[in-house]
Amino acid sequence: MAVTSADIDSQLAAARPPLGKAALTLVRQQPLGAVSGLLVIIMILMAVFAPEIAPYDPVRNFYDHMQMAPSSEFWLGTDQFGRDILSRIIFGARTALFIGFSCAFIGSTVGLVLGVTSAYFGGWFDLLFQRVMDVFLAFPLIIMALAVVAIFGTGAQNVIIAITIPLIPRCARVVRSNALAIREIPYVDAARALGFSHLRIILRHMAPNCMAPFLIMLTTFLGQAILLEASLSYLGLGVQEPTPAWGLMLQGGAEEYAESAPWIAIFPGLAITLAVFAFNLFGDSLRDTLDPKLRSR
Amino acid sequence: MMKGNRLKALCAVFAGLAVGIGATGPAAAETPKHGGILKYVVPAEPPSFDGHIETTFALIHPVRPFYSVLIKVNPENPSSTTDFVCDVCVGKVPEPTDGGKTYTFKIRDDVYFHSGEKMTAQDVLATYQKIIFPPAGEPSARKAFFVMVDSVTAPDDHTVVFKLKYPSGAFIPALAVPFNWIYQKAKLDKDIHWYETHIDGSGAFIFEKREAGAYISGKKDPRYYLKGRPYLDGFQAIFAKKQALRVQAIRGDRAAIEFRGFPPKARDDLVRALGNKITVEESDWNCVLIMTVNHKHKPFDDVRVRRALTLAVDRWGGSKYLSKIAIVKTVGGIAFPGSPLAATKEELQQLAGYWPDLQKSRAEARRLLKEAGVDLNKTYYFNNRAVDQPYKIVGTWLIDQWKQVGLKFEQHVFPTGPFYAELRKKKDYDVSLDFNCQSVVNPLVDVSKFISEDRSGNNYGNYIDRDVDAAFDKMNRTADPAEQRKYMREMEKLTLDTHANAFITLWWYRIIPHRSYVKGWKVSPSHYLNQALDNVWLDK
Amino acid sequence: MYRYILKRLLLMIPTLFGAAVLVFTLLRLIPGDTCELRLAGSGGYFDQSALDICRHEMGIDQPKLMQFWHFIWGIMRFDFGKSMWTGQPIVSEMAMRFQLSMEIAILATIVAIVVAVPLGTISAVKQNTWIDYVVRAISIAGIAMPSFWLGILIILGLLIGTQHFLGTPWMPPITYTPIWVDPAKNLALVVWPAIATGYRYSAVATRMTRSAMLEVLREDYVRTARAKGLFEKLIIRRHALKNAMLPVITVIGIEFAFLIGGLVVTEQVFNLNGLGKLFVESVTNNDYSMTQALVMLVVMIFLFVNLLVDILYAWLDPRIRYR
Repeated sequence: MAVTSADIDSQLAAARPPLGKAALTLVRQQPLGAVSGLLVIIMILMAVFAPEIAPYDPVRNFYDHMQMAPSSEFWLGTDQFGRDILSRIIFGARTALFIGFSCAFIGSTVGLVLGVTSAYFGGWFDLLFQRVMDVFLAFPLIIMALAVVAIFGTGAQNVIIAITIPLIPRCARVVRSNALAIREIPYVDAARALGFSHLRIILRHMAPNCMAPFLIMLTTFLGQAILLEASLSYLGLGVQEPTPAWGLMLQGGAEEYAESAPWIAIFPGLAITLAVFAFNLFGDSLRDTLDPKLRSR
Repeated sequence: MMKGNRLKALCAVFAGLAVGIGATGPAAAETPKHGGILKYVVPAEPPSFDGHIETTFALIHPVRPFYSVLIKVNPENPSSTTDFVCDVCVGKVPEPTDGGKTYTFKIRDDVYFHSGEKMTAQDVLATYQKIIFPPAGEPSARKAFFVMVDSVTAPDDHTVVFKLKYPSGAFIPALAVPFNWIYQKAKLDKDIHWYETHIDGSGAFIFEKREAGAYISGKKDPRYYLKGRPYLDGFQAIFAKKQALRVQAIRGDRAAIEFRGFPPKARDDLVRALGNKITVEESDWNCVLIMTVNHKHKPFDDVRVRRALTLAVDRWGGSKYLSKIAIVKTVGGIAFPGSPLAATKEELQQLAGYWPDLQKSRAEARRLLKEAGVDLNKTYYFNNRAVDQPYKIVGTWLIDQWKQVGLKFEQHVFPTGPFYAELRKKKDYDVSLDFNCQSVVNPLVDVSKFISEDRSGNNYGNYIDRDVDAAFDKMNRTADPAEQRKYMREMEKLTLDTHANAFITLWWYRIIPHRSYVKGWKVSPSHYLNQALDNVWLDK
Repeated sequence: MYRYILKRLLLMIPTLFGAAVLVFTLLRLIPGDTCELRLAGSGGYFDQSALDICRHEMGIDQPKLMQFWHFIWGIMRFDFGKSMWTGQPIVSEMAMRFQLSMEIAILATIVAIVVAVPLGTISAVKQNTWIDYVVRAISIAGIAMPSFWLGILIILGLLIGTQHFLGTPWMPPITYTPIWVDPAKNLALVVWPAIATGYRYSAVATRMTRSAMLEVLREDYVRTARAKGLFEKLIIRRHALKNAMLPVITVIGIEFAFLIGGLVVTEQVFNLNGLGKLFVESVTNNDYSMTQALVMLVVMIFLFVNLLVDILYAWLDPRIRYR
């Protein structure tokens, strides 16, 4: 009885929970998840259609209206330069989601590939790889970000690099333990026996079966990346003025004016909290649906 | 001869000062009380303790009280640019002899170092040898201030003689720079680096403790040569990097004063919260942010494009609204606005970037850009320093101003180290912010920032301009104030307008709100001056 | 067991070496150096020969491999040398700051445990009730909220609150007094950042406790205990909690290790003179020796805490044995 690649593929397909069905189950079983999913969609829409939704240009300085309280003219008030906070928050969603998605996606994808590869090859390669990952895990994140910014400068691109680097080993670790389990399943040996290349096995057979932890890591990373970007901006290492970004809005002026113009500090902080809240909840519900046994952090 | 507006401007400055002085009470009317520890906050920590090497106020604020200097700006009149008094010298600051080329100082007989030994002229000599003629490899931050000095000698234990190569009005102000601390010859002979990591002076306070990153504290020196001083029992200089926290510290009475300066918002918050428990002192500040244009980068090698940069900026309007949120305020030229060499409002309004009609100015800018064929779709590189007040605020404002004439800039903000590396070496930037902050107000020397690159030592714009150099030299070789003023105007016009080399943004404005029980300290145009703290007392 | 510990200790060496290489390379890539910053940092005049002498004294004019060798050799002898920026010995620069950061980390851990264990347990026991939802909401808010934002709100709340109710504004002290010198002043300073950090920490631990308890409560032996008629509280305390503690301890341990490096932002907000602030300063000052020493310290702590957690895990759960 010859085992064909089609057989293997179908076995694998059977092992995977179909994502479309999972989505429906999600809504039914997890109302919280559905709500957060809605929030996520709203945020994405806000980011995409920002120029249409925002009432003002986010970098336009209204010098006559500096630090105004929320009013009918400026719904969330203005900041120290006289810029409309609502518009800046809407455009800030763009920055947050752009950076968040980039970091999360790149981080988890690279982590996925590396983790699976490491588990697949095992032996010395795995040992070495683990040590390298340990180094990056142990290395203080902020210092790495500081160094990246000091070397390459500030700006969205470098922030993405700075945030993605520590995310990769975290994903790789989780994926690796998952992949190690899969590796024991006979069909991988069978595939090797059939002469499939390493790359094909890794990418087409093992990786898709690590989708569950991958997706979970992805959504976790989204929230973490947004928070990290906010922290870096707070330290002055993120995107720079006058780009609208939530973390940046909390830096500098916010603390100074916190008493006389608290809205400058409150609304961006709320935006960050809500965004991360939504992504985390969504990720939780996703995880509960996809793999109830996987109660990782 | 003072013209109408100039007089008004000066009156405004002095009126502002009078408010400050009046609020603390004239010194004669109140008797200083003895005792108490003064706690104050300092925004940064100094790298080393050697005043001859460092240039940061972060060293002055916590460490100056431990040392004496030869002469200093009169603490009772710290905004003066000509009123100097003796510290360890005897009597009044001597007039020069020998056609203005020799200065002879008599040293006091009752000055003791805190480690016990008496100060002699040999110590003063060794100190100034280190400052003016440092041994090879030993840095001295103010060597260039003393280029006019030919030699320093100490004929006996109580006399120090400075011989100059030519008479110069810049010598006495250079001597009065508050970094020229008197060190002990014996210690310098043993190890010239000793003072970088140790503190042993002859000032009003003895070094008590340093907790790394936290504070430096000092206690009163009972043997201080000015009897009855200091009034304080001691002080504690606490390092607090975040401005919001420094303001809160004063509000929560964890500290009484901060000696650098707060933006207007902080002052308003403190006054609103504490009423008459807070006294506010204000002054023009001898600090300014400069737009340094990279002359070697196209299209900024074209003088038309550079003129457009300055024509786009609304300085008069900017002064109004930026002064509400930042520590900048006064519109001025290259000379400190409070000095006699500064331009009047009418003179300023002749220069590009200072025209009273903003629309006309910006239209001209757009025209120049078009004529020079500048690519308006390109985003240019603006180099800035990662400090909020006022760098990032001014930077954000400038980008907005340039946007109004169609020029797009992206701000690249770096921490201090990489910022200077970029400014000095890499030269990737198109325009950068830079600053010019001096301690003693000495416009003759202060404007050396704008002379050619090969002569200036701190001009980073990549340009040579011999006309500016000529005006600078002529200005420094004459002792006649009217002549000096003429050459200053010439230099100003060339730099800011005709050759458009580098531009002034706005001069800073110093606002010091402090607890009302702190008395005896007067604000000055420099956050480096009047920090010996021997005249401060607490009314508690 | 001992073989396992030995193996882990040996495996730490390549990780430490890797961290050393990483920090060394990163720092050398940053433009500028301490000497430049010190001698010409304020835009003043500087002179090339002074710069050269300074570089020579610091050893940064030597070829990179030489510098790396000095660094590694220093680490091996536990001689960290002097800070390039201040010239003072690194150990004395770090001492007070280490104390402060450690104190906050430990306090935050205590806050986390004290909050997480009861809350997580209640949430698990009363799963899907409103209590559960409230606790889950609070914990996710804790993870979602930027800790520096919380810190800002705390300081402001203190200032405005005390002004409103007491007439004079009160804020925490701005200098550090060790706990054995003046416990009141020490705690007045440290408790706020501990809460700001601890909130987030407790949120993570609460979620972990909850899910661990949920799993355990489903186990057979719990059902057996219930069938035997034991009081619910007894079941929870004697059987469920002990077994649920395992993953919770793991999480607490791992988060603690990250905490050390993560205190940077909190210290900024509260102006604490801790390791985090020292870190940021030494990187911005291009202080190679200090940054390198700090990174090695933090990495070592991280690895040791991880090892301790694993050992604790193995010790507590007799089922787990490591190869």
